[in-house]
Amino acid sequence: MSSELVQDYTVVQGRAKSFYERFERKPELQHQTHFCPGCGHGIVHKMLARAIDELGIQDKTILVGPVGCSVFTYYYFDVGNVQAAHGRAPAVATAMKRSRPESIVIGYQGDGDLSAIGAAEILHAANRGENITVIFVNNAIYSMTGGQAAPTTLIGQKSTTTPEGRRSLTEGYPMHVSELLATLQGPVYIERVGLGDNKQIAQANRAVRRAVENQVKGLGFSLIEVLSTCPTIWKMSAVDAQHWVRDVMEQTFPLGVFCDRTKEARPRRELEAAPSLDRIPGLLGVADQELPEAAATLSEAVQAIDLHVRVAGFGGQGVLLLGEVLAEAGLDAGLEVSWLPSYGPEMRSGTSNCHVRLSSQTIDSPLVTSPGILVAMNEPSLRKFDKSVRPGGWVIYNGEEFPPDCVREDVRVLALPFTQVAHDLGDARACNMVMLGALLEIAKGLPQASIDAALGRLIKNTKWLALDERALTRGRELFRGSFPEV
Amino acid sequence: MRKQLMKGNEAIVKSAILAGCRAFYGYPITPASEITEAAAEYMPRAGGVFVQAESEVAAINMLYGGASAGVRCMTASSGPGISLMQEGVSYMAGAELPCVIADITRGGPGLGNIAAEQSDYHQVVKGGGHGNYRTIVLAPHSVQEMADLTALAFDLADRYRNPVVVLADGFIGQMMEPVEFSQSAVAPHLPDWAVAGTAASRGNLITSLFMDIDDLEAHNRNLEQKYRCAEQLEARAEEWQTDGAEIVLVGYGIVGRILKAVTAEARADGINAGVLRPITLYPFPKSSFQRVAERARVFVVVEMSNGQLIEDVRLALNGIRPVEFLGRAGGNVPSHEEVLGLVRDLARKLSQQSEPAIEQDEERLANV
Repeated sequence: MSSELVQDYTVVQGRAKSFYERFERKPELQHQTHFCPGCGHGIVHKMLARAIDELGIQDKTILVGPVGCSVFTYYYFDVGNVQAAHGRAPAVATAMKRSRPESIVIGYQGDGDLSAIGAAEILHAANRGENITVIFVNNAIYSMTGGQAAPTTLIGQKSTTTPEGRRSLTEGYPMHVSELLATLQGPVYIERVGLGDNKQIAQANRAVRRAVENQVKGLGFSLIEVLSTCPTIWKMSAVDAQHWVRDVMEQTFPLGVFCDRTKEARPRRELEAAPSLDRIPGLLGVADQELPEAAATLSEAVQAIDLHVRVAGFGGQGVLLLGEVLAEAGLDAGLEVSWLPSYGPEMRSGTSNCHVRLSSQTIDSPLVTSPGILVAMNEPSLRKFDKSVRPGGWVIYNGEEFPPDCVREDVRVLALPFTQVAHDLGDARACNMVMLGALLEIAKGLPQASIDAALGRLIKNTKWLALDERALTRGRELFRGSFPEV
Repeated sequence: MRKQLMKGNEAIVKSAILAGCRAFYGYPITPASEITEAAAEYMPRAGGVFVQAESEVAAINMLYGGASAGVRCMTASSGPGISLMQEGVSYMAGAELPCVIADITRGGPGLGNIAAEQSDYHQVVKGGGHGNYRTIVLAPHSVQEMADLTALAFDLADRYRNPVVVLADGFIGQMMEPVEFSQSAVAPHLPDWAVAGTAASRGNLITSLFMDIDDLEAHNRNLEQKYRCAEQLEARAEEWQTDGAEIVLVGYGIVGRILKAVTAEARADGINAGVLRPITLYPFPKSSFQRVAERARVFVVVEMSNGQLIEDVRLALNGIRPVEFLGRAGGNVPSHEEVLGLVRDLARKLSQQSEPAIEQDEERLANV
């Protein structure tokens, strides 16, 4: 338009400020969009750009673009732009808003992107009530890939993948995204609008602005579904396409507000204020001043320790705790240690076992495949591991009678009814600590102070702590009674 | 610094937060769930974001969003979950977004089982997603390395603007060892390319889309150059008693630990063995292999898989030395005894052979 002509007109609504003046990210034809004549995206883009202008949020806005015809939102919108994978814009938007709560995060998605491949992401973002705005442009077809059926394709509507028209029997029914999401408690505002005529467009404009404004107010998740035109794929003129939205699409997808909790919604709580950096080690429990100090020098007795222990029993017998107390005591005494549990369903039922190493040298392998000491808290565990005990090693077995077929000439055995002993002390569950007491008589070099320190760190209940200390002492006595010479 | 007993999975999270990570997006899976649980506990305390995503697909795309916003962020999963994340990893590599992914591997394929296996090597090290991209992969073999390599992972991710994977097995994740942490926390900083919802970052764009074929080729060339640079600068390996070693045992993760125990025993028997443990699986520490190959007579790759790492070892050696293999699968661990047996057999065979003409190999070595 020449400048003389412009002077004859008053420009009521010019280019929105939130659009680039020239589309420089576009490889060619930088003065026009890539959309087909009559496409609804251009109109929806304008509504969104105007809402951003009116709310004064251009600098704060992050637009998350989809895969589909509107993949190039970043060609046009002069805001922060992020292009997401197909269907994943709500997940991307979730993270951006969570980490940058001051920003305004808007997801823009088509119906293939949002209702098919991205069904899970939109459902859960809505259900979490993420404080984001989603513009959902529904033209009942996959346009960019050439006109395949979408979840939103109408019954009877032809597409390249429903050449005879969509049949409910084989392709199901058009998916009503707004109605579906409105059943959730998370969203604050969901409305379906159309581009079927000027009246509809005016309402769509108000709805888009409202959905963005809700976020500015911090109210929560808003989604506007826009019934939009695709003259190219629908094989219609632009005018016919607009009529089709109003006369046909709207029959399947009624317009209206499906959810409005804006009145009762309260501004959402933002991130907790970040603590100062110097407090972080303390908050993580790794600050030096809060950790116990290990023995600086190793006595000769401690230096001689080189334990390869396997502890095994039923889940619930305290197998892992026995190993942990031993490892913690080793650490306190200044030794290198490792503790490796069996994990998974074994934790919930059945057998459980752990590998424990204590040594004054660097521990090469934490796996104890041939233990020097096997603590078998039941018979199945004994039978599972007894052959693996190294010659000259020990078996501490919880049972009055050691199975005769498990007897080995090169292995020493302490078999006692440890559960009964613990029961007599006050609680059968202290069986593990009685057995640990016996083990500590084999690992004589480990100082009692380190064992006390380990118990203190791991057993927080004072009643249990007292019982466990008695149990350890009893275990030591029982061992000495059986092997006074060791 | 004082040490405390801690599980590898917990050490990862604490180290990440100390390294400035302020967002964690995860989905539970054995044996990586403790990482997600620890993140749920500690990330909000540090003023960070924690979201349990609806799937691994959503989790990795949340990382895409968090990284786009300029936040150091991470996720953790295991085999089946990592398979689902591959789409997002490809997008992040394409869009040049940094993030850290912990893969605490389990048995496969399919649902496999929850025991430790090392069969994720191919999908992680070779890039399981589409396109010409690589991920940097770090393989800890102790709880201390879980902490140290996680911190390194964040630095590498930022330096190369690329996803970095901490690849550990279920053993390293589940076991407790003494560990010490840095006493100073890294301050989160906002990279200038991020889209942060500010005036200064308004002109920024995060995308992996390049419609023009020449633009996309140029982008690929840039990525390639970045990877070449990482190959020059970032390859790491531990050479343990490899000086003059004739039998070189190769393994990563928990296997590396077993190999050290085997080596100690083999050396006590008078067998000249050593361990070459790759710490970075990509970039692969080729030069360490070539250096050690000068004196070595045979390499023995030990894996908890049917042979995946071995392909990179063979590429690095390019045929100049024989490569033997011992692999267990399904969650079985190559036992100390099994490996030692193989080492003794090889030592016996080597003693019956004459020394190879090493000089003849040197030209080939130079060409590797």
